[in-house]
Amino acid sequence: MKEVKCECGHVNPHGTVFCEACGKLTKEQEENKNLLDMRYEGSARRSQTYNKSVIDKVWNFFSSVKVGVWLIVITLSASAVGTILPQEMYIPNTMPASEYYADQYGWMGKLYYQLGFHNLYSSWWYLILIASIGISLVICSLDRVIPLYKALKRQRVTRHEGFLKRQRVFGESPSLNQDEIEDIKQKLVKKRYNVREENGNLLAEKGRFSRWGPYVNHVGLIIFLFGAMLRFIPGMYVDKVLWIREGETKVIPETNGEYYLKNEEFILDIYDKEKDNEAFDKALDRVGMVVKNYQSNVVLLQKEGDTIPGEKPELKKIKEYPIQVNKPLKFENFALYQVDYKLDELSKMSFKLTKKDSDQSLGDITINLIEPEKEFNLKNGYSVELKSYFPDFAFDENQEPTTKSRVPNNPAFVFNVISPENPEGEMSFVAIQQTIDPGEDNLYKMSFNGIETRNVSALTVRKDLTLWTIAFGGLIFMIGVIQGAYWNHRRIWIQQIGGTTWIAAHTNKNWHGIKREIGQLIDGTKLTEPMDQSINEEKE
Amino acid sequence: MVTLSSNLLYIAFILYLIATLFFGGAIKAKKSVGEKQSTNAWGKIAIILTVIGFISQVGYFITRWIAAGHAPVSNLFEFTTFFGMALVGAFIVIYFIYKTPLLGLFTLPVAILVIAYASMFPREISPLIPALQSDWLHIHVTTAALGEAILAISFAAGLIYLVKFVDQTKSSKRTLWLEIVFFGLVTTLGFVITASTFSALDYQAEFTWVDKAGKEVATEYTMPALVGPHKGELLTEGAFKPLIETPAIINAKKLNTVIWSFASGIVLYFLLRLILRKRIAASLQPLVKNINLDLVDEISYRSVLIGFPVFTLGALIFAMIWAQIAWTRFWGWDPKEVWALITWLFYAAFLHLRLSKGWHGEKSAWLAVIGFVIIMFNLVAVNLVIAGLHSYAG
Ligand code: HEM
Repeated sequence: MKEVKCECGHVNPHGTVFCEACGKLTKEQEENKNLLDMRYEGSARRSQTYNKSVIDKVWNFFSSVKVGVWLIVITLSASAVGTILPQEMYIPNTMPASEYYADQYGWMGKLYYQLGFHNLYSSWWYLILIASIGISLVICSLDRVIPLYKALKRQRVTRHEGFLKRQRVFGESPSLNQDEIEDIKQKLVKKRYNVREENGNLLAEKGRFSRWGPYVNHVGLIIFLFGAMLRFIPGMYVDKVLWIREGETKVIPETNGEYYLKNEEFILDIYDKEKDNEAFDKALDRVGMVVKNYQSNVVLLQKEGDTIPGEKPELKKIKEYPIQVNKPLKFENFALYQVDYKLDELSKMSFKLTKKDSDQSLGDITINLIEPEKEFNLKNGYSVELKSYFPDFAFDENQEPTTKSRVPNNPAFVFNVISPENPEGEMSFVAIQQTIDPGEDNLYKMSFNGIETRNVSALTVRKDLTLWTIAFGGLIFMIGVIQGAYWNHRRIWIQQIGGTTWIAAHTNKNWHGIKREIGQLIDGTKLTEPMDQSINEEKE
Repeated sequence: MVTLSSNLLYIAFILYLIATLFFGGAIKAKKSVGEKQSTNAWGKIAIILTVIGFISQVGYFITRWIAAGHAPVSNLFEFTTFFGMALVGAFIVIYFIYKTPLLGLFTLPVAILVIAYASMFPREISPLIPALQSDWLHIHVTTAALGEAILAISFAAGLIYLVKFVDQTKSSKRTLWLEIVFFGLVTTLGFVITASTFSALDYQAEFTWVDKAGKEVATEYTMPALVGPHKGELLTEGAFKPLIETPAIINAKKLNTVIWSFASGIVLYFLLRLILRKRIAASLQPLVKNINLDLVDEISYRSVLIGFPVFTLGALIFAMIWAQIAWTRFWGWDPKEVWALITWLFYAAFLHLRLSKGWHGEKSAWLAVIGFVIIMFNLVAVNLVIAGLHSYAG
């Protein structure tokens, strides 16, 4: 690779636009331009220099900001399309997605589903877009940051005339003497500039660190994306729902049987006009009922000692906690969130055994609908056997009784009533609101005698070990953007050239700020205010 | 407290209106060219009025907070009003950096429109549902609104740039698009005027209709029903009978409001054109003739630079923290979140185009306008049309 030696003696890497040290233009075609493109200090970037191998081509592709912007624009447009209809995870699960979209939104919904937009954000092509942005971020940052760093480090105080003349802010003034230069220097230092002097020439610089802002924020983004990818590693992420009834103790999923949870009570409060802030009255009048609180009072339990499967574990109480929305219960790396509930689920049902003809009562039985006993002994030689139990009763396609789920939504029972008259027993079938008597000649009947209910709470069990990485990425990103956006890199050159004093200035952003600063700087000195040459350029 | 609060908001609104007139006066009274001249008396009065108005609106915010017991950013009225307040606040800050009265002439009307639009939503103080009972939510919403407000200043500056820059002597695509932007603003005004007129007249029309599931439900229109609901039956006597009926999947009431807004927007726009006898942008052009294009370009860019980190913090990072606590996961791809991401990606693209592709001046101004359209879309359309988790009651 050729290196280019500048007349000031500095050896520049191949591809440099102007000398890293003195600023003299090294490319002939640049000689005609009025203003210098200062973006990367004219440094030699890999992507601008090599274009031979496949690696060069890939590198150049991803290091192009044009490509980066296209990736961003395509991603944002695709994201927008994904919001036209609800995503699959937000549709009610009453119907498979393949039917739901067509059913709800007609041909448009069907097309949306067929094109895969119903699950857009986890589709392979969406992920590829995000990944490409990530790759582009890495490559384009590497392409620029190293040459930029080197160029900024090597810059000399004394710059080439051509460099100064081609700065956007530039002016010539009568020559200054040493005292006056000293005076200006003091003023610059007061304005927190880093001032270097060389043969009566000044380079004042501040905020160089802000130039690293974009690179810092890109690193933050990469860490963030990396963190998001960690979720695919087994064990990093848990997303389970635990339905737990009042009074129930259940093992918490994904804790290896280590932790148990007991639900003492589920509470649902609504706003009450009598008790709550009266400022809410009008709103409550308009919209009706508003929920104030969802809460599960739980006890967290830990297993003690080893147990063989099937044996009831010994449980130690760790803590009591009221889980509310926005107030999850945390332990180890887990968090339990209040996410759903069901009020008044049937828990017990009681029946009275009566003699059909006389309505004489022969005793009561109460059935636990979750774990029903098989047999109930009544006095005087009577007993009831529970032959079959359908917690969620329905008839299947063959008109046979069946259960839709294990949740007691609609319990039905087949009883065998044993009596002194009938020691073999007589069968009867009982379901809510329908007593289907299998035998007309039954002597006894089971009549419905009351129910007990309890609430069920749904808790999300969450473990997410990726959060720290993601939060760290976010933090770095914020530091980077703030660094790049709220500070600017300003440089002012004051140089003695042929009996005049030249002043030139550059900032990477906020020209208004640097011009104002120069205005204050030259106030009361012989220097004349430099011109903003970009305005001239526009007019020409 | 509640009455005091709404009076303070009312005072702020009036002060912003008067301040706008004074900013207009400041432009007219200006003789010399250049960016450095001291602001004249009109300009001084204008900014003082704006600041007093802002303080009054802060008073509204604080008193309402006390009355409600929670930060008043929990329904559409409160959020949108807060956005208006943030817009004025951001303007005041930028004004003291750049001292351009013209910016006030363009920003304040936008803020006024935003606040007027806000007051079309139910204004009562609402109790918080459990998910909203979190300090993080309030931190998220206020910071996000502030970020959006600062970004909106870049829209105002971009608009000034375009009004001055776009050649109005012949009609072109640019003059057309610029008029469409103004038409959008006029339509918002149209909506506000129509909605408040019918509400002042206490217009009501009750319907029963048949929804998608075949159930009969009731609804109440507050504007005459140009389009009626599916199999709707008008119950109120003497109310306007719908001209057409919509299929069940369309929310007829919202569609009706949209039609009224556009109709009034069109009428207003053509009235304006009739009076002005030229494009709106063309008639604003004399106001901006003294402004330095470079300066407004820089104001526009700097507002994006200042606003972008604030927006990122509020609309993404704080939002993620809240979502993690309230919804068990920091990101759920619900439409409001996705639109925050879209806004963020858009402004990231804006910054890259500007910094690395040299999109200054006109291109940058158009981008600032598009950015504002995206923000407004997120505020209005996503809340009202594509409702997600964030859909506030209303
Ligand atoms: C969502 C993705 C991205 C975000 C949020 C982002 C953010 C930023 C920000 C805030 C800046 C500073 C801009 C300014 O100060 O005006 C910046 C600069 C920059 N970005 Fe990105 N960026 C992203 C993706 C990319 C990609 C994909 C590329 C590669 C093509 C890229 C290349 C650059 C370059 C070259 C700079 C200028 C660096 C300099 O001036 O030294 N960015 N980025």
